[in-house]
Amino acid sequence: MRSNKKFGLAAAVLAGALSLTACNAGAGSSASPEAQQDSVTVALTGEPVNLDFTTTAGAAIPQALMSNVYEGLVEIDQEGKIQPLLAESWELSDDRKTYTFKLREGAKFSNGEPFTAEDVKFSIERVQSDEWVSSLKSKMDVVDAVNVLSDTEVEVVLKQPSNAWLFDMGTLVGAMFDPSGVDDLANTAIGTGPYTIEAWNRGQSIELAARDDYWGEKPGVETATLRYFADAVATTNALQSGDVDVVYNMQAPELLSSFESNDKFQVLEGTSNGEIVLSMNNKEAPFDDVRVRQAVMHAIDRQAVVDTAWNGYGTVVGGPVPPTDPYFEDLNDVYPYDPAKAKELLKEAGAENLDITFTVPTRPYATAVSEIVVSQLAEVGINAKIESAEFPAVWLDQVFTKHDYQMSVVLAVESRDVLAMFNNPDYYLGYDNSKIKDAAAKADASDEAGYAAGMKDVVRTIVDDAAADVLFIFPNIVVADAKVTGIPANSVTEALDLTNIGWK
Amino acid sequence: MAIRLLINLARFAVTYVAATVLVFLFMRAIPGDPAQIALGVNATPELLAQTRAEFGTDRPLVVQYFDWALGLPFGDFGTSYVTRQDISPLVLDRVQVSLILVVLAMIVALLIAIPFGTLAAVKHRSAGGILVSGLSQLGVAVPNFLAGILLVVVFAVGLGWFPANGWTPPGQDFGDFASRVALPVLALASVQGAILTRYVRSAVMEVMSEDYLRTARAKGLGKMEALFKHGLRNASIPVLTVTSVQLAALIIGAVVIERVFVIPGLGSMLLDAVGNRDLLTVQSVVMVLVAITLIINLVVDVLYTILDPRIRKAS
Repeated sequence: MRSNKKFGLAAAVLAGALSLTACNAGAGSSASPEAQQDSVTVALTGEPVNLDFTTTAGAAIPQALMSNVYEGLVEIDQEGKIQPLLAESWELSDDRKTYTFKLREGAKFSNGEPFTAEDVKFSIERVQSDEWVSSLKSKMDVVDAVNVLSDTEVEVVLKQPSNAWLFDMGTLVGAMFDPSGVDDLANTAIGTGPYTIEAWNRGQSIELAARDDYWGEKPGVETATLRYFADAVATTNALQSGDVDVVYNMQAPELLSSFESNDKFQVLEGTSNGEIVLSMNNKEAPFDDVRVRQAVMHAIDRQAVVDTAWNGYGTVVGGPVPPTDPYFEDLNDVYPYDPAKAKELLKEAGAENLDITFTVPTRPYATAVSEIVVSQLAEVGINAKIESAEFPAVWLDQVFTKHDYQMSVVLAVESRDVLAMFNNPDYYLGYDNSKIKDAAAKADASDEAGYAAGMKDVVRTIVDDAAADVLFIFPNIVVADAKVTGIPANSVTEALDLTNIGWK
Repeated sequence: MAIRLLINLARFAVTYVAATVLVFLFMRAIPGDPAQIALGVNATPELLAQTRAEFGTDRPLVVQYFDWALGLPFGDFGTSYVTRQDISPLVLDRVQVSLILVVLAMIVALLIAIPFGTLAAVKHRSAGGILVSGLSQLGVAVPNFLAGILLVVVFAVGLGWFPANGWTPPGQDFGDFASRVALPVLALASVQGAILTRYVRSAVMEVMSEDYLRTARAKGLGKMEALFKHGLRNASIPVLTVTSVQLAALIIGAVVIERVFVIPGLGSMLLDAVGNRDLLTVQSVVMVLVAITLIINLVVDVLYTILDPRIRKAS
């Protein structure tokens, strides 16, 4: 009977464990409402691998840190406009080459060091040094000298006038660092922002705690937790079971309907800097022929792509510029959906019954888009064979680095990246930039009005050449508890600015 | 007994070394460059070269192999160039999470399998026995990730009894830990329990047809009494074998379950590391899994000799 007794004991232990589990389940899910007002939990997909965006690419790191932990002299607001941040104001010299910034007094880094003009000099020069390992550092190439005029005044002298530079200062290259706070950037982030990193539970979450000594207005909540999930389904499950309050940049629009019809939740659709770029290798047959590329532009009904692949979320603009950029214009009329015209162009180019390979990265948006694109191409006689490429590893290697592809599709997330994509013949798109190179440089060097007008011309040339088919501007979809306020619906830079988030 | 243990240890060492070579070469054979991934779409050839040199991935393969493999016996897995942190403490954190999950799941699975398997064997002709057999058949056919998704849909999203996902260490808040661990353990244990139930059932049925059991019944023992006194120990050997094999399978199954329930265990660490081509981390996690599997085998072999005197004497 000995084994019988043992068995009985084990059963009792299990029963105990299960009942314990059951009691505590109730306790866990009923968090007190007061406590909730002081904190917010935001669900995101894609955890940062480390905290150092000066050497590691990807949107996850600046998304968590910019505006929250790190700040720049200026920031980009929800409409894409440049606003003062650590600089109270600035003046531009008549030759448009010298910016004089007047700095905010009383700003402090989270290690207690005051923020001064020396830090501005240090941070800008650090981008130009070998310490920054990212091609984004080229955005600082235009800076000739940084002169400290006083503790609160700093002068930045450019080699030539540049409109893009001041905007870039509101993105991650403009982040202000303290010389004594850069020893272990991968694990420790020290900035002037309203939050510090309180805890990082790898594989799970980053906890941000509001600073008592922040120079500006205190953020809406004391604690903001960024929780990371493997996929969109897990984020919405967590939202429904009350574990998270906001799902930001949600990547599965097919899951939205149940939230849209429920008063307990709000669904926001903002715009982003992300373009869904259907790329065509401009340097290789058949897409080295502009007529074949133009045929593709006419063959694809972009609105139908958005409706089918992304449940109608997203903005069709017909060009590589999101609506928040100063040189945006609607270019849908350049290549209207016209399969007959497409067939005609293909015939002219001698490219009827074309067989191509379509390299599709393993991302939800790419898979969704690829199916409808393939069926629309088939209608004009282009037979695209889908080949899947693991993202990022294989896609970066094969398409981006080796340019070993004919057609691909990717979400390009960098802000104001039209020149990065098209003004570089060695880029994977392979667009011959001889027509836009000088015009782009001239636009950057002129005044604001000239910049917008000049860049519009550049973008028009790119679109006329059918360098790539931008299917739509990726939406920034947010699903949240209906009582959460101050969520930045538009994603205009890499940052997810948590400072205004609060509760009704 | 000592010789048997020595042979087993030697087998352990050889398998382990062979595994290090295999996993190292495999990670180099798959496409994808860690430096390229770190730099993303901002890479230029110069920056790539600089980053490769920093990561040490530009060194000869032999150097890279020994640099990594020689640290393993000392628990030194190297520094990840993705997280810029020592890998060993990170892996240790994750191992604890996975082991808690797997061990709890195995305990629950056995608590399901032993009574129900025995019941199904003893009453294999009655409705109850057939029902258990049928249910276990169904359980075997369900992949555990599907079980996980169904549990989430019903008990977390639908009824709201449990959180949908996430993890709290038991030492931090035991109540929260228990509520979060319940569904993933159940997902793993239900499938595992079904598999084990079938093995327990056939093991017990086999034992029940043995002569010595008939003798025990002839002495006047009741059916259950004879089974408990004389049968279960004999039935335990095949069940132990299967349990050890299934324990290894459970660790692999946990990789997927960790993903479904967003649990920061070895599995999610492995998947993230593969995605980032964090070669050293992938290699180290795989070697930890290999070590766990080999240790299970070693322990089971010792348990055999305890359970079955014939094996003890044979060696």
